[in-house]
Amino acid sequence: MSGVRYTRTAIGLHWAVALLIFAAFPVGLYMVELPLSPTKLKIYSYHKWVGVTIFLLAVARLVWRRTHPAPPMPASVPHWQQAIAGATHILLYLLIVAIPLSGWLMSSALGFQTVYLGVLPLPDLLEKDKLLGEQLKFLHMFLNYTLAALVLMHIGAALKHHLIDRDDILARMLPPVGRR
Amino acid sequence: MAKITYPLFAVLALAAGPVLAVEYNQVLPDKSQVAFVSKQMGVAVDGRFRKFAAQVSFDPAKPEAAKAKIDIELGSVDAGSQEADDEVKDKNWFNIKQFPTASFVSSSVKPLGGNRYELAGKLTIKGKSQDMTAPFTFRQEGNGGLFEGSFTLKRLDFAVGAGPWSDTDTVANEVQVKFKFAVAAAAAGT
Repeated sequence: MSGVRYTRTAIGLHWAVALLIFAAFPVGLYMVELPLSPTKLKIYSYHKWVGVTIFLLAVARLVWRRTHPAPPMPASVPHWQQAIAGATHILLYLLIVAIPLSGWLMSSALGFQTVYLGVLPLPDLLEKDKLLGEQLKFLHMFLNYTLAALVLMHIGAALKHHLIDRDDILARMLPPVGRR
Repeated sequence: MAKITYPLFAVLALAAGPVLAVEYNQVLPDKSQVAFVSKQMGVAVDGRFRKFAAQVSFDPAKPEAAKAKIDIELGSVDAGSQEADDEVKDKNWFNIKQFPTASFVSSSVKPLGGNRYELAGKLTIKGKSQDMTAPFTFRQEGNGGLFEGSFTLKRLDFAVGAGPWSDTDTVANEVQVKFKFAVAAAAAGT
């Protein structure tokens, strides 16, 4: 046990974003298939609110990380694996910022403003433009599937470190419960 | 021909004396608009009707005598998306099969000072009528003029958005209606 852990704040933010992504992703897949109804309008709004929250938490994570660098990986991890892990983490950060942005822009282009929690209207950066809206919808979907693939890889790698390599890579990102 | 009719018209105008004024009664559909703003989950969504027929007569010198009748083809609705267009034409909303048009007939126009006026009349949507008033302005523009105004109606007064849609937490009861009518004066001598 090296004992080098992520800070409590970093751990909290990581899992908050993870939980929200695990909520927003399937809800997004489900809601687009719904026929128009009050329920659909509600779910779309909730999905957008969760997206804005993910964006805010993602920015908070980036700011936090600048002042609280991630603990170095154990020396037992080969360099090429460290490089892949580093690149994956950068992509994951990029996506959790870019996906909510693409959703917001898509919404604007389709003519539906995003009003955070039903009270805080976000500015529409794009004019209503159906074609652009459809293109952004495709981009939003594409980025989400890319994220899904990377998240699976991320989880797979964490489990591999925990169960096969038996190092502390996963443990150092787990909430400090049961550790005295 | 024009050289003859012009002095003739001038003579008629002189004969009629100073009471003769311009009456605006030709609505120019391309420059006019009937639009609305609904609130869905707190989000303002713009919509409009592409087809409507408006008959107005308005003389700025005698605003009290003004009249307006507007028929709106509800099937021409643009509610913000294809999905919403299809939905609002359906039974729960406008039910256009049974009620293809909405209409407004004025009962009075009251000057409010300056270029501001108040229009009162009866609005009928989906077979239900309500008295309503709307402030509007009139501005002369070249040979014509422009009416602009807005009012807020409660959609449930007209049973618009029934069934599951009667939940006003999702789609607000209040709908803002905005209108703009560009008008020209009547063709002389006709």
